[in-house]
Order: sequence, then C-alpha cells, then structure tokens
Amino acid sequence: MRYNRLALYGLLILAAIMIMAPVFIMISTSLKSMDEIRNGSIFALPADPGFAAWGKAWFGDCSQALGDQCGGLSSSFLTSVKIVIPALILSVGLGAITGYALAAWKMKWANVMFAALLVGMFIPPQVTLYPLIIMIRELGIFGSIPGLILVHVIWGVAFTTMMFRNFFKTVPEDLLKAARIDGAGFWRLFWHVMLPLSLPILGVAMILQFTYIWNDFLLGLTFGGRSGQPMTVALNNLVGSQFGEKEYNVDMAATMLTALPTLAVYLLSGRLFVRGIAAGAVKG
Amino acid sequence: MADPAQGVLQRSVENDAIQKTGRRRWRPQWTARMALIPAMTITIVCFYGFIIWTFVISLTRSRLLPVYKFTGFDQYVRLFANERWWTSMQNLAIHGFLFIGGCMVFGYLLAILIDRRVKAEGMYRTIFMLPLSMSFIVTGVIWQWVMNPGLGLQEAVRALGWDSFEFNWIVRPDRAIYTLAIAGIWQQVGLCMALFLAGLRNIDPNIWKASRVDGIPVWRVYLHIITPMLRTVFFTVFILMSAIVMKAFDLVVALTGGGPGFSSDLPARFVVDHILNRQELGLGAAGAFVLLCTVIAVISPYIYFELKKERGGRGH
Amino acid sequence: MNGVELRNVTKAYAGLTVMENINLEITDGDFVVLLGPSGCGKSTLLNMIAGLEPTTGGEIHIGGRNVTELEPDERDIAMVFQSYALYPTMSVRKNIGFGLKMGGMRKDEIEKRVADVGELLQITPLMDRKPSQLSGGQQQRVAIGRALVREPSVFLFDEPLSNLDAKLRADMRVELKRLHERLGRTIVYVTHDQIEAMTLATKVVVLEKGRIQQADTPENVYRRPANRFVASFVGAPTMNFISGKMLQDGSDIVFDSGAGQLPLVDVPTEARNLIGQPITLGARPEHLLFDDAGIASRVLLAEPTGPDQYVRLAVAGSEITARCGPEQVFRSGSDTRILIDGARMSLFDPQSGQALLQA
Repeated sequence: MRYNRLALYGLLILAAIMIMAPVFIMISTSLKSMDEIRNGSIFALPADPGFAAWGKAWFGDCSQALGDQCGGLSSSFLTSVKIVIPALILSVGLGAITGYALAAWKMKWANVMFAALLVGMFIPPQVTLYPLIIMIRELGIFGSIPGLILVHVIWGVAFTTMMFRNFFKTVPEDLLKAARIDGAGFWRLFWHVMLPLSLPILGVAMILQFTYIWNDFLLGLTFGGRSGQPMTVALNNLVGSQFGEKEYNVDMAATMLTALPTLAVYLLSGRLFVRGIAAGAVKG
Repeated sequence: MADPAQGVLQRSVENDAIQKTGRRRWRPQWTARMALIPAMTITIVCFYGFIIWTFVISLTRSRLLPVYKFTGFDQYVRLFANERWWTSMQNLAIHGFLFIGGCMVFGYLLAILIDRRVKAEGMYRTIFMLPLSMSFIVTGVIWQWVMNPGLGLQEAVRALGWDSFEFNWIVRPDRAIYTLAIAGIWQQVGLCMALFLAGLRNIDPNIWKASRVDGIPVWRVYLHIITPMLRTVFFTVFILMSAIVMKAFDLVVALTGGGPGFSSDLPARFVVDHILNRQELGLGAAGAFVLLCTVIAVISPYIYFELKKERGGRGH
Repeated sequence: MNGVELRNVTKAYAGLTVMENINLEITDGDFVVLLGPSGCGKSTLLNMIAGLEPTTGGEIHIGGRNVTELEPDERDIAMVFQSYALYPTMSVRKNIGFGLKMGGMRKDEIEKRVADVGELLQITPLMDRKPSQLSGGQQQRVAIGRALVREPSVFLFDEPLSNLDAKLRADMRVELKRLHERLGRTIVYVTHDQIEAMTLATKVVVLEKGRIQQADTPENVYRRPANRFVASFVGAPTMNFISGKMLQDGSDIVFDSGAGQLPLVDVPTEARNLIGQPITLGARPEHLLFDDAGIASRVLLAEPTGPDQYVRLAVAGSEITARCGPEQVFRSGSDTRILIDGARMSLFDPQSGQALLQA
C-alpha cells in the first residue's frame, strides 16, 4: 500500500513537471541573453537574469522602426483591452438575458431555438467567415475595434446563453411561479430574483469569455486589420517575421506578456475557472 | 391587545374597494419573446444564413470576390482533386486520432490519480489546467521554441551526453504533424482531466464501499465498474475534443505554419488560406462546407442526446 | 363574495385532453382541499386557478370576476408552495414584502404590513435572516407570511406541508386550521395526504384522471364515497372490497361471495332492493365486527398500532382487514368470527364502480 502511494505521487509529480516544463522554459528563456541561449541548454536557469528582452517585446526596437511603429506589443495590448471589455460585457449580458428567457419562460420554440444555438457553438468559424466579413464590411466597421467586438459577441452568445440557460433551468419552477404571483414581470423577475441567484455563474461566464476573447486569433487576424490588431496576432507576427537573427528571448518575453492576463485571471479565480469549465462542458 | 389578524382583515376590505378592471394588459411572455430577438437574429442570420451563403458561394466560380455564376459542384471536384486538401484531411485524421486519444487517456489517468485522495490536490489540478488559460498561439510559440532542433530539446539532451538523440520532428515533413498532437495534448489535457474528475466525484461513494466489502482491487474497480459508469462523460469529452480538432487553426499557424511545405496543414487552415490569401473564394467555401459536414456528422449524436435528456427532464 | 367558480374548465396538452369540463363552486370562506394521487391533475387545476397555466377552455371566476385571461398578480390570489419557493437572495423581510413592492406600494406601508404579518406568524425575530438560515418550519411560516401580506381574496396552497417531518406537519396543520378560522378567507389547498384533507377541509374535492370524482364534506366523502375510487383512496387502511351478491336467509341477510357467506346486520331498507343483484360490497376495517354470530375466519396477521390493531383475515375466499381495540389478543393461524355492519357498508356497481345507495 505504501509503495502504491509512492508510485501515485511519483506519477503526479512527473506529470506536473512535464506540464510545467514548457512554462518554465518560456520564462527562463525570456530572462536570458541571446549569447546564453546559443551556448546553453534550454533547461538551464538564466545565469544573469534580466528583463531586457521583456522591454524589447513590450516597447519594440525603435532603431529598426518602420514609420512611428516600433513593433512592440504595448499598442496591441491596449487594442486587446479595448476589444475584450465591451465584448465581454455585451456577450455575457446578452447570454444571460437569452438564457433566462429560454429557461424561465415557457415558449413553444424555446427548445428548438436552444438546439439551434447549441449546434452553433460547434460550427467552425471558418464556415461563416466570409459572409461575416461582408456583413462587417457593409456595416462599415471592418478592420476596426467595434467590428471585432461585434464579431466576438456573435461568436460568444451561443456559449454564454448555454451557460446561463443550463443554470437557470436548475432554478425551481415554484420560485418562478411565486415571483409571477408576486407580480414580477420579465425584467423584474430577472433583475430581482434571477440575476442575484446567478452571481457565481456570472463570474464563471465572465472569466471564460475573457479567456476566449483574449486568446482568440482567427477573428483578430481576419477582422482586426491594421488598427484592430489584438495581442495574439501581434505576437504571431513578431515571432513569425523577424528580420535578421531570431531573438528567442524576445519571442518568449512577448509570449509571456500575451499569456499573462489570462494566466493571472486563471490563477486568481482558481476554483471558479475549474467549475466553469466543468459546468460549461458537461451541463449541470 | 388587538388581534393582528384583525388588522390584516380590515385592510383587505379596503382593498376590495379598489375594483380592478378586467382589461388585458401587456404580458411578460411577450417581453420574453422580444428579449430573444437579438440572439435569434444572430442564430438565424449569422449561423444558419451564413452557412447557406457559404454553400451558395461554393457552387460558384468566385475567386477574389463573390460572383454568382453557378458552376454546379465544380469547386468540390477541384477540391477533391487538390493534393493539399487531401494532405490536410489526412492530417486531420492523424491529428484527431492522436490528440483526442491522448487527451482522453492522459486526462483520465490524471483524474484517477487525483481522485485517489492525494494531498495538495488543488495544486496538481491548478498545474494541470494551467495551459488551458493560454491561447493556442502562445502554446504554439512555446512549443516551437522547445522543439527547435538547433537550440531546443534535441540540443539540450545531446549536451547531456546522448549524442545520437534526435527530436527534430518540427522540421521533418513526415513528422511535423505529430508535433501538433504533442502541443495540443499539453494544452487540453487539463480540460479532460477536469471533466473526468467531475465525473469520478459524482460516482456514488457506496460503489466504493461495496467494492471494498467485496474485496475487488482498485484498478479492477476503475476498469470494470467506474469506467463503464462514466460513458456519458467519455462521450462528452470526445465531442468537445473533436470540436477543438475540427476548428484547429491557431495552433498550426503558430507551431508549424502548416509546414514544412504543406506537410502539417489542416483543413481549417486550408479554408482560411484560400479565402483570405489565395483569392480562391469558391474553393475555400467548398472546403468549409465539407468541414462543416464532418463536424455535423460527429456532433449530431451529441445534440440528439442533449435534447433527449431535456425532454425527460422537466415538467410534469 | 370571495368565492371561486370553475365553469367547464378544460385543459389539453398538445392536443391531449387531460381535464375536461371541470365545474366547481367554492363559496366564500370555504377551505377546499383538492385531493388525489399524483398525476390526477390537482396541481394543474390549482395552477390554472392561479393563472400560472392557461386554460384550454372554460372560465374561472374569482370574487365574481372573470379572471380567465388575467395574469396571476391581477387575480387577487396568493399562493404557498410545497418547496416554499422563498427568494434565496432576499431576507425574510424582503421576501414577504416583494409582492407589495412589485405592486408599487409605498415603502412605509409595506413595512407596516410586513411587521403585522411577522407578528401574526411569530416570525418577527427572523426578519433579517436569509431563507437558508431558517429551519423547514420557519421557511414554511415565511412562505405563508408572503401570502398573507397580500391580503388576497383567495389563498392557494400547493402541498404546503409535504416537505415537513411528521411532527411539524401535525403542528402546522393545526396552525393552518386556526389561521383559516381567524381570517375566514377562502382557501384552495392541494394535497395527496388524506389526513390533511379530512382534518382541514370544509369541502373535499377528490380528483382522479382529470375528473372530479366527488366534492363533498369530509364526513360524506368518508362515509358515503361516490364510487370505488374515492372509497379506496380515502381511508387507511383501505376499504375492503368483496364482490358477490346479497341473499335473503330467512329474516337475515348474508353476502355471498361465492366462496362463503358473510352475515350482514342492520341492513337499511333501500339496500334490500339490491338483494340478488351482482354487486361489490365495500366495508371499512371498522365496519367489520368481531361477533360470535359471524362467519368463521382465519387470522393471518395482527398489526397493533397503539390505539387500535388491524387484523388481517382470510374469510370467504378473500383477504380483508378488520379493526379492533388493542386489548384483544390474536394469534396468527387462530380462528375468529366476524360479521359486517350493514348500516355503514357501501355498495358499488361492479361494472361502473358507482355507489348504489345514495345519490
């Protein structure tokens, strides 16, 4: 029995090391100088850790500037923030209302519509990409932050609706009846009874939507254009198109910077994230 | 001391005096219907309408811009004659098999390990799910560096004295596709673990008591009792992982760029490339539609079960 | 006039009629209990009265007003639910006052009313707690308070005591009865528990398969069940049924089951008209009398319950249950003699199951 426990912990620790190794490599590489990278092992700790690469990743290298752009991630970070916050609020808000309407108000087509939405969650975005481009272009917001926000709301609403609808379905029917007898209509039932009940799921939906929108690449690439380039797209450009010698330390610092916001949200929210992933995938 | 019931009664007499009219007022059900309009519009127009649009485009000879000159299924004929498309479909099969299989096997094993009431369970869970919070682009860039043949893992192991060690898959056309599975599993194994763990924690603890009374070894309980009980979880995980595979675009772009050549290309990237860069709108649309059909084939049993579960669920 | 009237109320789901032509008049101040097994339609009926489910046909009048098309909050009703349905995120005070707030009442007036109700139900010290911090019985009081505060014409109760344990349920039953007597308001109360129905109701409405089987006082429902369903549903242990026919045996009347003859005593005159016809006889356990003049029967099992004991007997080819006092000792396998109290028995048509004696 003792050996079993030992083997158990051995396996767990091994798995944890394997998962953490690339993260460790990313951080340690970002703190090294290029000379050290060329001459040492990727597993080695930085001998003389410094944040020079981080500075270069963030601000860019203005000596090789094209126009007034230095190629750093700082401006695309700002773009990402400007996209994420409104898209987050709109997609979660719309999902909450839609999920509530579908779950709490008996309507003939509610199940059909929910099924249609559920299928929508699985449609690869590539399939509707071109018509969406045309629509966004017709609306005159292609290649801009508002365009990207709208696209994220469109792509996020299926997921947020599902989360809220599945949660609101667990609210006892008697509670809804009681509220109707008390004279609460659609909005007041939502505002006074349902929304306060759904605070945990609201948190979960916010965290997951934040992660998805921040981490998106395809939509940013397609709809962002020059002015609406989010951080993932900028990172990919930075890594993919360097002139001269590749600077792996700058690449890794840029990667770390891109990952940092979602990583922070994940580590701070901890349990909520785990719960949300489970609740969002296997319905409650 | 007045009976409080008297007060309650008295006032209700006044209440009765306020005769309510019998007219029909605005009903909350109507508001509920109106609240569905935005989501319904998105569903109908942006999901299903656009799917039809894409299908229509796939029947035309559109290149840079949509032109509605129909050529029947010519684009599909071209698509199936396209070598790059076949490579990408083949890669989808290889990657799908390795990625889904790997995620499920490793995810389930990790879930079982954690389920054995280990200390610091939260720490392991946090570590295993950490990559999930990062984007596929980040994952791709990290692994590209780790698998860098000149300075990465291969070189590090050789420096330890194992001179003949080879791990240069990322630059080998016949191996590049496997690197996708490695990075993909690294990122998504935590999700599988979390789902399996939730399933394991839902198992009636009496099952464990009963099996202990019967003296069944733990591994047999997992193999013969628990695993069959979790079949719906396995099903769900399989569906979720399939959906991720079909959409896989970011990871290829960041990790291998589809290369070397097109050796690690995937259909999702094929489609985007033809629509955005190659001015082959019709061909890209045809590819997108084939991709969609594959997705539907895989997920329709899932949707069917979801809805069946609904029907049994609520109301009396 | 705060009664409730159902006129030809019909309910269908997806074309399937589950309730047809329900007619029921509930007079002001009545305590009406809708009684029936689960799935009989009693909750559906209550929900239709509340306006939570639309009717397919017919009209519902509350307080002399046709409310068929009105929203629940316009019907001048209040409802108490089995699960209490308290708003989990609101304090007791807010729970009770929520309906008034939705109705647009002034704040100080709401406060006054909530305080009155709190005093009436003795929940004043709990006012600032959340429902999750209350016991089942306290939650129940709050739920009742939420109904009381609206001072409606009609109170609707949907199995309000089912979630309480046995002792608390008995206490709350007494309290509900007292409350009804004090307020004198019309109450429509749904339950599957016949004890609740018998103790609380001024009128019991027995429902089965979407139809009213009998609507009468509790005594009449018990003593003169309208049909076999009512007879078997009300009363525990359940009524004994034996099919056969009555025969004249000199001056005596016996019931011949085909496998034996049970003596009947005090048979009323109107029942004598049925002699010779095939009928189903219904006798409650207390209608079987242990008497030396009776028919020989074998004791299968005796179940003492404290104040009574129920004796399972094999007699005339059937198994029946009889009641007697706790002092007598029965051994399984021993013999005894019983006869049937003809004055209190029920007689049913074997085909339709309708009661044959009273209208």
